[in-house]
Amino acid sequence: MFKHLKDLKKTIFESQVWTAMFRHDYADTPRNRTLQIMSNVWMHLHPPKIRRHAIRIRFTWCMGGITFLLFLVLVVTGVVLMFYYRPVAEYAYADMKYLQFDVPFGMLVRNMHRWAAHGMVLTVWLHMFRVFMTGSYKSPREFNWVVGVILLTLTLMLSFTGYLLPWDQLSIWAVTVGTNMARATPLLGHEGPFAQVVGVTPRYDARAFLLGGTIVGPPTLLRFYVLHCIFLPILASILMMVHFWRIRKDGGISGPL
Amino acid sequence: MGEGPGRAAVAEKPKAAPPKPKIKPLEDKIHCWPYLVRSEFICSVIIMAVLMVWSIALNAPMEEPANPTNTPNPSKAPWYFLGLQEMLVYFDPWMAGVVLPTLIIVGLMVIPFVDINPKGNGYYTFVERKFAVTMFLFGFLILWTSLIVTGVFLRGPGWNLFWPWEVWDPHKVVALTNVDLPYWGPFKLLGNPKIFGVELLGLTILALYLVVLPVAFWFWKSKTSPVLQELGPIRYGIVVFLFLTMIGLPIKVFLRIAFNIKYLWVTPWFNI
Repeated sequence: MFKHLKDLKKTIFESQVWTAMFRHDYADTPRNRTLQIMSNVWMHLHPPKIRRHAIRIRFTWCMGGITFLLFLVLVVTGVVLMFYYRPVAEYAYADMKYLQFDVPFGMLVRNMHRWAAHGMVLTVWLHMFRVFMTGSYKSPREFNWVVGVILLTLTLMLSFTGYLLPWDQLSIWAVTVGTNMARATPLLGHEGPFAQVVGVTPRYDARAFLLGGTIVGPPTLLRFYVLHCIFLPILASILMMVHFWRIRKDGGISGPL
Repeated sequence: MGEGPGRAAVAEKPKAAPPKPKIKPLEDKIHCWPYLVRSEFICSVIIMAVLMVWSIALNAPMEEPANPTNTPNPSKAPWYFLGLQEMLVYFDPWMAGVVLPTLIIVGLMVIPFVDINPKGNGYYTFVERKFAVTMFLFGFLILWTSLIVTGVFLRGPGWNLFWPWEVWDPHKVVALTNVDLPYWGPFKLLGNPKIFGVELLGLTILALYLVVLPVAFWFWKSKTSPVLQELGPIRYGIVVFLFLTMIGLPIKVFLRIAFNIKYLWVTPWFNI
């Protein structure tokens, strides 16, 4: 029996199909440890080797990694929610109730999306805090810090646009309060300084452009939905690629020079 | 190592071997597989478990359907923006909602280009970068966090201040006793002089604060301070502007709470 199992193992692991997928075996050798990272599309974000201090949880708090993990959770749960949700004022709230009471595990998915979103705002702030406290923005990583600040802003915008989608009292009034600021934009908002000089009106100013009207209404819901599900995630993903790429290109995780 | 003058005198070896080229110790590196990937995996599992339990135990909030004719009191922005909403108490919307957030983002972005201190790169230290760390801790941990905590926990109907043990009374009467600076205390004697509708008192004070003070400090210290010399006037200007803007917020909070001052400077176009 043992012999047969061995034969079976050999047949599988040396088959053309298996070796086409996995180029190396699993023996714990330095070469395989390197290949494990280098020949794997998901793992090759990492360098084969890393400075010892960089894996200490006290150094990085793992905050960048947790932020990325939460982003992935948000993408997966968000796509699931998109199957059930229509960004139309007549349906949006009913779809939320449908998710809550009728869709199997609908409430769980929604809860995970909500709490991961709040968590991501928190971890992205803590990540910035850690990077500042270790002085990791200093040369040669200046540009990556700038990319990080843009990503932080995008995280807040993602969270804010998502806040409107349940279309309940909490969401429209929070978004009303938030977007009311735009009417005070200097030059571009109708209540802002020097608005008369530019000639903006309540219907044609920065806030109306953001809302698609003068109040948080159905056009705003559609606008925020598109921003939340398409525009901002794609933008954030592109910048995340740059962010991770630059970590490697700027010499890996920072450490004492 | 160990080649002190005392030892050299004892050894009496004038023709010692030429000094060895200093060999840099090999960097202490370890394989990412398994050491880093293992930590990341464990971390992911813990986070996913916490998130899962959290999501089973606590439901996301869901209120009545959106109703544009029924404004809740108070209406609060999402918690991460409540710092900005709280600043509205002290500044007009163009400042609290547009200019200050923009300056926060831009200010964060310029940090690596104005912090030219080469020390403290890649490790925790306070003594090697006292000013930078103090500024960041003050701005982020103290200002930003306390504004959010105030906005989330202490603001009730009418955006009035309520302590956690107080009942939110929507009819709480708060006397509006705030006055603009020209009508406060000894400044009343000046009679609020204006030029083209612009108050001169506020203009003078803000010019003193944002221009005269930094320039005077530059001419006073730049000759003797190597830090300022290395920084140069442009970087110095950026740092001072951002610093004074940040400190402007607690100053305004103090003036409001202590002296009931609403605006420092009123112009036909905007007020500060």
